[in-house]
Amino acid sequence: MSIENLKSFDPFAEADDDTGDIKKVENHIHIRIQQRNGRKSLTTVTGLPAKFDPGKILTFFRKEFACNGNKVNDEKAGEVIQLQGDQRKKVLDFLVDKKSGLGLNPDNITVHGA
Amino acid sequence: MDNQVQDQIERKASRKSVAFTDEQLVVETDGSITIMSAAEEPKETALSHTPRTPPLSAALGAFADNSSQAAADELAPPEDGGLDLSLLKKKKKKKKVEGADADAEAEDGAAPAEDGGLDLTMKKKKKKVKKAEGAEEDEFTAKLKQLEVKDAEEAEEAVQEDEGDMETGTGVWTHDESKTIPYTMLLSRFFTVLSQKNPDHSLSGTKSYKIPPPQCMREGNRKTVFANIADISKRMKRTEEHLTAYLFAELGTNGSVDGNRRLVIKGRFQQKQIENVVRKYIIEYVTCKTCRSPDTELNKGENRLYFITCNNCGSRRSVTAIKTGFSAQIGKRKKMQG
Repeated sequence: MSIENLKSFDPFAEADDDTGDIKKVENHIHIRIQQRNGRKSLTTVTGLPAKFDPGKILTFFRKEFACNGNKVNDEKAGEVIQLQGDQRKKVLDFLVDKKSGLGLNPDNITVHGA
Repeated sequence: MDNQVQDQIERKASRKSVAFTDEQLVVETDGSITIMSAAEEPKETALSHTPRTPPLSAALGAFADNSSQAAADELAPPEDGGLDLSLLKKKKKKKKVEGADADAEAEDGAAPAEDGGLDLTMKKKKKKVKKAEGAEEDEFTAKLKQLEVKDAEEAEEAVQEDEGDMETGTGVWTHDESKTIPYTMLLSRFFTVLSQKNPDHSLSGTKSYKIPPPQCMREGNRKTVFANIADISKRMKRTEEHLTAYLFAELGTNGSVDGNRRLVIKGRFQQKQIENVVRKYIIEYVTCKTCRSPDTELNKGENRLYFITCNNCGSRRSVTAIKTGFSAQIGKRKKMQG
């Protein structure tokens, strides 16, 4: 009997849920920067929650940060927002800000790059 | 010539950056930067350390105050150390305004700031305020006045709302407060007191973790050479490949290793930037999250996961694999040209 009970619990299924990075990655927002030529750079924002419309966020970014930008559909990363210039700080502020921003949990956001 | 000049400029800039050591994990320049002119170094390091000294002295001062206070009134709770007497006085004045009702409301549950003041003048103030604040509390206040007199004589105690000031020993931190204090608050008090009075312990048990600063040189116009990666990774007991992979993933570039085991990174990076990334790397892949000791080992566990094992406390935790993530394509034309 007890063995039967034990069987019903699949340890690996649990582990996959817990440690499976894929799930976390989806909720996790990454803000990256890439260097371009000269002193120019490109900021990418991946993993924005699906409940937000990337197009609207993008237009807001463009207007607010006075930079150009576009959104790209990537196979792995999904909708990615690209912005010209180093906008990491501003993007982070916006994502975290509760009043005028999205009010997301800063723990779910990683800023990459030096 | 140009390169030399640039290098010099870079070094100057980088020196500043190295000096900053406000994080617990410190990539410190001390000693090891022999390449950078030794003459200026002491200053830098001195500067870098200055932010740390005041807390120490403050802590010492706190101790002194503590003892003197304790001598004055033996009942003083241990946690109300960190204040100068002068400070205490000031606080009393401020708090006393709100003061008396606190005791009254303590019973009600919601208690604003309260202070057992020593001065008679203070008490007068309190009384006035109480009356002003509400007639309902009059009964309380009457009792309270009496109580407070006792309190004041006993010790300097201040009660704020539920979360009092733990440094002054107010609120739940009052010496003879009977309310149960939640574990999280106790814990946070422990750590604040620890970091105040024993900064060393609250850091890593050892002193700060020191590794030589990354040496960065510009190679050509758009490549950066990370010269002492071998040294750094050896000190952290990590493989160069792992650190390299992390650097590339973080910086969003790629690169190669040259003949002298130096790392050539594509893109312009200053020492400060590399330093930041190395710092992040240390936090994520080197220090033990439990005891903060940098004396750890990274190895592959059973199921393709990387584990960090601490040699100091024996804890073991898994770390995330290094992921490059999305990288946008930059400059199609350049790619076509090669």
